[in-house]
Amino acid sequence: MKVEGLTLKRNRSFGRARGFPKGQDSFLRSRELTKKEFHPQEWLIHQMLRVAGFSSILIIGLIFIFLFKEAVLFFTTAHPLSLIGTWDYDAWEEKNIFKVMWQAASVVPKYSLIPLICGSFLVAVPATLIAALFGIGGAVYLSEIASARTRETLKPTLELLAGIPSVVMGFFMLAVAASLIQDIFHTKFRLNAFVGALGVAVLTIPVVMTIAEDAMRAVPRELRDASYALGATRWQTILGTVIPAAVSGISAAVILGFGRALGETMVVVMATGNAALVTGNVFSSVRTMTANIAAELGAVAQGSEHYYALFLVGAFLFTVTFFLNFVAEMVLNKMRSRLRM
Amino acid sequence: MEYVKPAVLFKRSMVALGPYQEEEKPVENDMTGKSQLDLTELKKRSENFQNPFVKIKARNLSVYYGQTAALSNVSMEIRKQAVTALIGPSGCGKSTFLRTLNRMNDTIPGTRVTGKVFIDNINIYDPDINVVALRRMVGMVFQKSNPFPKSIVDNAAYGLRLHGIRDRDVLEEKVEESLRKAALWDEVKDRLHSSALELSGGQQQRLCIARALAVDPEILLMDEPASALDPISTAKIEELIHALKKDYTIVIVTHNMQQAARVSDYTAFFLLGEMVEYDHTQKIFEVPKDKRTEDYITGRFG
Amino acid sequence: MNGTLAIPIPNLRSRPIIWREVLLSVLARVMVIIPLCVLALILGQMVWGGIGTISWEFLSQVPQEGMTKGGIFPCIFGTLAITLLMILIALPLGVGAAIYLVEYAGQGWVFRVIRAAVNNLAGVPSIIFGLFGVGFFILFVGRNVDHVLQTGLLFGQPCMLWAAATLAVLVLPVIIVSTEEALNAVPQSHRSASLALGATKWQTIRDVVLPQARGGILTGAILSISRGAGETAPILFTGCAYFLPRLPVVNLFGVIPVINPFDQFMELSYHIFIMTTQSMDAVQTLPIQYGTTLVLIGLTFLLNLTAIVFRIHFRKRLGCVSIQ
Repeated sequence: MKVEGLTLKRNRSFGRARGFPKGQDSFLRSRELTKKEFHPQEWLIHQMLRVAGFSSILIIGLIFIFLFKEAVLFFTTAHPLSLIGTWDYDAWEEKNIFKVMWQAASVVPKYSLIPLICGSFLVAVPATLIAALFGIGGAVYLSEIASARTRETLKPTLELLAGIPSVVMGFFMLAVAASLIQDIFHTKFRLNAFVGALGVAVLTIPVVMTIAEDAMRAVPRELRDASYALGATRWQTILGTVIPAAVSGISAAVILGFGRALGETMVVVMATGNAALVTGNVFSSVRTMTANIAAELGAVAQGSEHYYALFLVGAFLFTVTFFLNFVAEMVLNKMRSRLRM
Repeated sequence: MEYVKPAVLFKRSMVALGPYQEEEKPVENDMTGKSQLDLTELKKRSENFQNPFVKIKARNLSVYYGQTAALSNVSMEIRKQAVTALIGPSGCGKSTFLRTLNRMNDTIPGTRVTGKVFIDNINIYDPDINVVALRRMVGMVFQKSNPFPKSIVDNAAYGLRLHGIRDRDVLEEKVEESLRKAALWDEVKDRLHSSALELSGGQQQRLCIARALAVDPEILLMDEPASALDPISTAKIEELIHALKKDYTIVIVTHNMQQAARVSDYTAFFLLGEMVEYDHTQKIFEVPKDKRTEDYITGRFG
Repeated sequence: MNGTLAIPIPNLRSRPIIWREVLLSVLARVMVIIPLCVLALILGQMVWGGIGTISWEFLSQVPQEGMTKGGIFPCIFGTLAITLLMILIALPLGVGAAIYLVEYAGQGWVFRVIRAAVNNLAGVPSIIFGLFGVGFFILFVGRNVDHVLQTGLLFGQPCMLWAAATLAVLVLPVIIVSTEEALNAVPQSHRSASLALGATKWQTIRDVVLPQARGGILTGAILSISRGAGETAPILFTGCAYFLPRLPVVNLFGVIPVINPFDQFMELSYHIFIMTTQSMDAVQTLPIQYGTTLVLIGLTFLLNLTAIVFRIHFRKRLGCVSIQ
């Protein structure tokens, strides 16, 4: 051991003098090699990040838990069938009839989800159709026709459209567009599902366009080249090659757009008239699930049946949008992994 | 003549005068309270055998990624201050072996390593080893040049700053020294503060070598360092490897057999996670003992 | 022989105009032009209707005479205050969570599920967050804190803190996702290089990963601020006041004025909502509605533009890296 110690010592000073420790056994000299250093800073930061990570996860979990916990409590006092309709004495008909309506503040409160679902779909379906038309068309233009420079200026501008606060959109529909639409279509109600749908569509177009464009741009160049090399024109290539290759991404874009349209709140609160009717007419006033929560949550007592009913609506809406997002995500992931191969 | 700071000049002259150094305590006594056990203890745990010419010694080394074995039961000894090339078809485990030598495999989740690797007779897979310190002593250069998007100086000084060196003079000196060693100094000395990304591919790779050399490693691992470079840059890197081998123990992975023949003193041939043959480079290429080696060398597969 | 050829040989010299091609190209252009026109129409309408109202008095005074006159200063103040509070809560939490998920957490199925859940949450309707805010922050956390601290009804009612917390939960997924993207865009080889030089994990993150991901993280933060500033639904029931004659400010130690997170507040988007739907005289207050909307649009567009400029700038820099 002694000899070795001496060797080590000599080598060490030799190494230092040359500016770098090298030579025989120099590895052994490295004290640090066994120093299991305890970095307090490193440890602290790791713990902080862990706390941040887990509390974020916790919050996400709490959203699920709280929404569904309160929603389930609805059934402690109410019958599940009341979600479809309630038997109530009707003064006009002078008999008990099965009423499919949402009427939380009546003597016999009625919590049928049917008119709300009906309203939500009457807004979201036309909105999605419009958004899909413009979104996909615009995506074709941006990804296949526009020059790189045009695209770089157009895309941020269209993203501004997505940045319009929904309350502003609602105000615009309410104050400006509603009367215009009534003049054009001669509708009975100034505020109706169609007005809301138009407003929602404007906010949904950028969502659909961005994702659809990404999907089309992810189509490999080789596919386009192959099509052109066979003598196809540009539109033959787009319709016959690019869109079929990107179809899963495009459908994911539309699904996500639909989810977004279902969840839009402020536009529909302000522009759809807020009458919970069971109807198939897009020009009648409706009340969506989101609008229903927004309109009534302010006035309910915690723990009342009405309060739980609103959470039930929320939980239902949450489940539907979460499911839609999930499906879109799956489709997109599948497309990504396929295109990578 | 370049301008050298007086402080640097003074240091250099002191160095030139001879081994003036402050008195240092023998190794046995200078263990600080923090360290949990001393090196002698570590040495006791290792094999009681040391060949003075051997730097790295792998014993029954196996690596598993999940369930698949990437490397099975490899034992080999790597010589000090020589270039050892690892060749073999892709997926044969040569890169995996290289990455076990500085425990870079630890960073891949789901990796399991069995067996032992001794460097200077210390088992680097001993649970008491400080991996961070180990990696400082075992430098690594990657296949694709990966300079950080910082200036050239910041790249070269990155490792030094990590280890707490803040003194500007020391940093400058070490940066210059490592850039010179990497044969890059003359090309970049006028634009040390411009971005490393403005360099050509070959220069970037040499900067990565300089970055690794700056922290005074004893072993340099190179994972196909020239595979993404043009022939001229490749030649420069190979020249550099030749120049570096007197100071460092170099292990290089290459898929280019000519390169292995040109730069290395010893060559190991890997196939399907096993080490098939390991010998002087000349022997491997001229009189391979194993049939599989011969097949590979003569280009019958891979 | 010529007669048997199915495909007619085209005349290589002529370039016939294929009307279908032209029509479709025009159609595709229209699909972009119409949304742009709508954007211009909305902006134009708001500017046209609101620019006359905007004045220093409008921006600096409190609403008067049942909100039919006066300014919107409390709303502007409230919006800025709640956004600040929101980002103070959401940014450290979100960035920390993203760093943890990308750099520390493994690829196990638990974390894959969590990543998917975070992704999905970014698309959940904002009113759901409002419900969560009422049910969790006010009624569960607030009431229980009150119960424990014996503070009566201090925490268990709508206030700025809970509104900011609700908005923070809303933008949390946005921040996490954008930070994750920014972190994943940093090449793995840079991490390996740093680790191989003997850097610890945190040193690698601090010196190599974060400097490169900074742009993306900042863009996400600005976008989420913009989103938070424009959202109405989550704060409808968690702290907004219809009208509040005072600013939500408290004097710390009696001298330093700070935002009082336990007070209610007025907010721009909520102000627009109530002015348009519940105002006493919707026609008479129309100029105020336009003016408020213009201020809100100006605020959010400014933030969005900043984010877009940031992104383009940083993407260019990242582009350099990938070329090499």
